[in-house]
Amino acid sequence: MKMSASKAMVECLKAEGINTVYGYPGAAICPFFDALLDEEGTIRNILVRHEANGGHAASGFARMTGRPQVCIATSGPGAVNLITAIATAYADSVPIIAITGQVATEQIGSDAFQEADITGAAEPFVKHSYLVKDAGEIPRIFKEAFYIAGSGRPGPVLIDVPVDVQKAEIDFEYPKQVKIRSYKPTIKGNAMQVKRVAKALKEAKRPLICIGGGVFASRATEEVRQLSEIMDIPVITTMMGISCFNDEDERFFGMIGTHGVKSANAAANDCDTLLLVGARVGDRAVNNPLKLEQSTTIIHMDIDPAEIGKNIGTDIPLVGNAKDVLAQLLKVVEPMEHKEWIAHLDGYRTKRKYNRPKKGTVDPRQFIEKLSEKMPANTTVVADVGQNQIWAATGYKLKAGGRFLTSGGMGTMGYSLPCAMGAKMTCPERTALQICGDGSFQMQFMEMATCVQYGINVKIVVMTNRRLGMVRELQDKLYDGRKVSVFLDGSPDFVKLAAAYGIPAMRVHDTKSMNKAIEALAGEDRLMLVEVCVDEDAPTL
Amino acid sequence: MKHTISVLVENHSGVLSRISGLFSRRGFNIESLAVGPTENPEVSRITIIADGDDHTVEQIEKQLNKLIEVIKVKSFRPSDCMARELMLLKVNATAEKRQEIMTICEITESKVIDLTVNTMTLEICDKYDHLVKFVALLEPYGIVEMVRTGTIAIQRGNETITK
Repeated sequence: MKMSASKAMVECLKAEGINTVYGYPGAAICPFFDALLDEEGTIRNILVRHEANGGHAASGFARMTGRPQVCIATSGPGAVNLITAIATAYADSVPIIAITGQVATEQIGSDAFQEADITGAAEPFVKHSYLVKDAGEIPRIFKEAFYIAGSGRPGPVLIDVPVDVQKAEIDFEYPKQVKIRSYKPTIKGNAMQVKRVAKALKEAKRPLICIGGGVFASRATEEVRQLSEIMDIPVITTMMGISCFNDEDERFFGMIGTHGVKSANAAANDCDTLLLVGARVGDRAVNNPLKLEQSTTIIHMDIDPAEIGKNIGTDIPLVGNAKDVLAQLLKVVEPMEHKEWIAHLDGYRTKRKYNRPKKGTVDPRQFIEKLSEKMPANTTVVADVGQNQIWAATGYKLKAGGRFLTSGGMGTMGYSLPCAMGAKMTCPERTALQICGDGSFQMQFMEMATCVQYGINVKIVVMTNRRLGMVRELQDKLYDGRKVSVFLDGSPDFVKLAAAYGIPAMRVHDTKSMNKAIEALAGEDRLMLVEVCVDEDAPTL
Repeated sequence: MKHTISVLVENHSGVLSRISGLFSRRGFNIESLAVGPTENPEVSRITIIADGDDHTVEQIEKQLNKLIEVIKVKSFRPSDCMARELMLLKVNATAEKRQEIMTICEITESKVIDLTVNTMTLEICDKYDHLVKFVALLEPYGIVEMVRTGTIAIQRGNETITK
């Protein structure tokens, strides 16, 4: 069928089942936006207030659906603003499709107005990218882009479309299949390797499973649960693996890492066999991989062969999709018992003690823990970056069915509100709880307007300590307490700021106001903000 | 240790920048990189000489394989392949030195491709080690300019990169 290329781009999105896009228009992407208007009923554009937030919103959406989602920006500054979101998605293997406008083909390379070489600039952070030179290629490129983003190890794909290409007339037919001879991700595990893994787990006296973001991405929660139950193996998670195992399970020992909990780190130290599932052994998760690989049999299961042997030496590599490979493994494993080992680990469990907070503040960890007791089970918790992230990651006790999203790999401040918006729009039945600090909130609070405009109900929690808390702590510990550029003086009154957007808000400064706020957060699904006043010296752990 | 890595890629614009970018951002050291078409016009072949231990080379291969447009990656041991590099070299050569340089050319099987009153331009195609020796032999005369293609390599016998 003959149509404009911009219309064809919209048809491609329709064919991929896209119903929401997060875009910010500009001259070089106008033809595409114009074509979107014709399909307003099918595809809704959410006008975010900053391009990066569009990318983060698509990321939240994609993580909850497991399918690629779309963000859009114009050429030059719009596209360059998207890079942070693209890099964030890349670091956490999130499938997003970034569509950018580009100056007209004949202007490329002339330093035209709002021209940026975005395919070049974003190259280190994309799974793949396209600069469309021939409008006729659009259907194939879109089909490939969605396939590449969503298959194998997911990741961002960028499609840069010059404005004249968008206006061209093409013969549209959406391809049914993708043919890329050089891209064939391994999904099923090698049968021999699966048997070796089963044998190693059987022989282990102190086995341990460490799950990462790969379990979330491949929806392998149930398979992990079964493996843990059948073989009686304790489970720990990386930050990206949080919410992939029931926090209330007796075999669960928490999050590993620099900011992890004692029981998880002790389990990793004491185990004799470690099964890593979709976890890439990042430096914040395991800060001494050499020591671990020397004392432990490492079984590494990952969909990306490049992750195996990259950060930690591996005794048994197993390439494949976590869900598929675990299903294969479950067919060959036998029931085991590890009572003594689990009892040994139980000895590391510590009950958290809270200090009496300074007047006018509450203990942030206590607030989070109490809040988690009251929140609905199906809450999507979205944590930002900094102390708030660790308080949420280690303090929030997720109930079965809960989800936890954060920027684990890139550590991008300002990720949480737009991500929570995307997550809420995908799963409106789930409560979206966003947790950030007063530093990160000021990188994203413009999105409150988007929430108001489109009626996106996010429960916003801002932990205010008038500091960049994690950096402050670092300076205290490693720089002789020489605090520099961590003071957030001049910040607005967040309750009044929310009021300016017409968003109901309250402040937590003592037990009474804490209980009231928790009740409101756990209650009616609505857009609201809670500012939690926190001691400026409150520790992360 | 030096490694010879051959890479078949889709002949698209931008592929080379993806590959060279990958090397620089992952901290891999490239000694040389040569690229050209193959028997199939849709496919280009890149030969990379990289420095690093086995772990680094394994990572290089795996990261290259992740690029969508990379069709095949294979690293060769020196004993498995024949490697050649072309070099053009301009050397100071006054009339009284010409004969000496001609002798070097004869022994090294290189050619004189240009001659002026005070320079000679030589062409040699050989393996890396031989080029190093060749340069050393000519250094005393004063090398004016030198240009090299980078090493290309092909496997011995019936073996091919795709087989």
